[in-house]
Amino acid sequence: MVELWDAYLWPLIWIVIKILVIVVPVLVAVAYLTYMERKVIGSMHLRRGPNVVGPFGLLQPFADGVKLFLKETVIPSSANRAVFLIAPMLTFFLALIAWAVIPFGEGLVLADINVGVLYLFAISSLGVYGIVMAGWASNSKYAFLGALRSAAQMVSYEVSMGFVIITVLLCVGSLNLTAIVEAQRGMWFVIPLLPMAVVFFISTLAETNRHPFDLAEAEAELVAGFNVEYSAMTFALFFLGEYANMILMCGMTTILFLGGWLPPLDIAPFNLIPGPIWFFIKIVMLLFIFIWVRASFPRYRYDQLMRLGWKVFLPMSLAGVVIVSAVLVMFDLLPNVPAVTG
Amino acid sequence: MIATLVFYMFAIFCIGSGVMVVTSRNPVHSVLFLILAFFNAGGLFVLAGAEFLAMLLVIVYVGAVAVLFMFVVMMLDVTVAEMKQGFLNYLPIGLLVVVIFIGEMLASASVWHMAPEAAANIQAKTPGVDVMSNTSALAELLYTRYVYLFQAAGLVLLVAMIGAIVLTHRKRKDSKKQVISRQLARDAKEAVVLKKVETGRGI
Repeated sequence: MVELWDAYLWPLIWIVIKILVIVVPVLVAVAYLTYMERKVIGSMHLRRGPNVVGPFGLLQPFADGVKLFLKETVIPSSANRAVFLIAPMLTFFLALIAWAVIPFGEGLVLADINVGVLYLFAISSLGVYGIVMAGWASNSKYAFLGALRSAAQMVSYEVSMGFVIITVLLCVGSLNLTAIVEAQRGMWFVIPLLPMAVVFFISTLAETNRHPFDLAEAEAELVAGFNVEYSAMTFALFFLGEYANMILMCGMTTILFLGGWLPPLDIAPFNLIPGPIWFFIKIVMLLFIFIWVRASFPRYRYDQLMRLGWKVFLPMSLAGVVIVSAVLVMFDLLPNVPAVTG
Repeated sequence: MIATLVFYMFAIFCIGSGVMVVTSRNPVHSVLFLILAFFNAGGLFVLAGAEFLAMLLVIVYVGAVAVLFMFVVMMLDVTVAEMKQGFLNYLPIGLLVVVIFIGEMLASASVWHMAPEAAANIQAKTPGVDVMSNTSALAELLYTRYVYLFQAAGLVLLVAMIGAIVLTHRKRKDSKKQVISRQLARDAKEAVVLKKVETGRGI
């Protein structure tokens, strides 16, 4: 009995606790991201934003959550029931499992796997299934059009994201996320790889279907796009998944280009603040830019979106791979590939 | 013990979803089961310690190839009844192909000999996991010993890509295209015209 407890049960309970310690703050962050979005866009529009529920409207996200929870889940009669219900769950699930490899601080990571970057890339490339399945299963033309747009868009922008990640990997010499952050101790990669960082950031906007690339749910032409038939909890799962994905993508940008949990300068007032707080500050800054972009730019037309992805970003990131590797080889800067990793 | 259990779970799901791919009545469900099968195959790779291959399988097959499959299948209005129509007509040919394939496989399996070079390659082991992670080990082999094969594979893929583009590309006369350079070359002087409108007549 004791053996069973030591060998299987206690590790299981311990890992569940660790997972909860990551998932619960992520969900709270999602709730307050919606609040932040409404407040920030409100002040950019010279409005007040939510200010009625609780002090400064701080309880607004929970009021919205309860509202969605109490509403009726409507399943359209001509929908493909199983796929219709799996789609939002899949979106939510994928948005959460990606957090397993994110390092929040030195050694603060659930699974420190060797191929962390590839894992993140794989999970983020799966996000398209939730949307495509939702669009198809709803059996509605608006939802279907939204899903088609989104599928083409996400597949296109993934290509240039992949190349940008390769340039970072060339400078690090490892696929491990902790190693990537540690490699930026001297200088954050955003400085030498600035053009790549910009391409990556814009691609994350497209990958998360955010403004100005939110053609999947262009409310003016497609009503709400792929999620038009969803209500109550099924809609809430999409919403949570999408916002968790936004935070995740900002986390990924932070790790790849902004030095993860590292302070900007390794001197007294900065390095006293613990790493996870730096990580949090950087993510919030990037999220602010996400919201800022939403408040500032009009939506792209679909052909312009495709042109930007295939004719501008793809050649740029390909050239980036060639130039970065050429520079690294020429000045003998290639990182020593560590014989032992992880 | 847990590894064994997980192995059987992945294996059973993999085979089960493989069976569902060919038997399910709805083509979109088939694609979804195909994705599940890929996933479980990825899980098997992880169990075998080949994490790099597992991630590549998920990124390439699930993240890109299957998305395009799904894209096409969703657009097609395939009804199962129509697909089943010619089933009996084609059955003899199908069975013939199956018999020939099985016969060939049996014939080659009975006289199978591994080339001595291949056997030597297997014997020459890559460094263990504690010395080098399997991603680096793969790279060490791929970019040194097999570099020409690797480049040849790249060229084959390039030719295939160009071929596909050449075969399907057609110039469309009816579609309007935005020429960005021409649009950027415009300035306010030629784009905006001020007209004096006479009262009661309009333009």
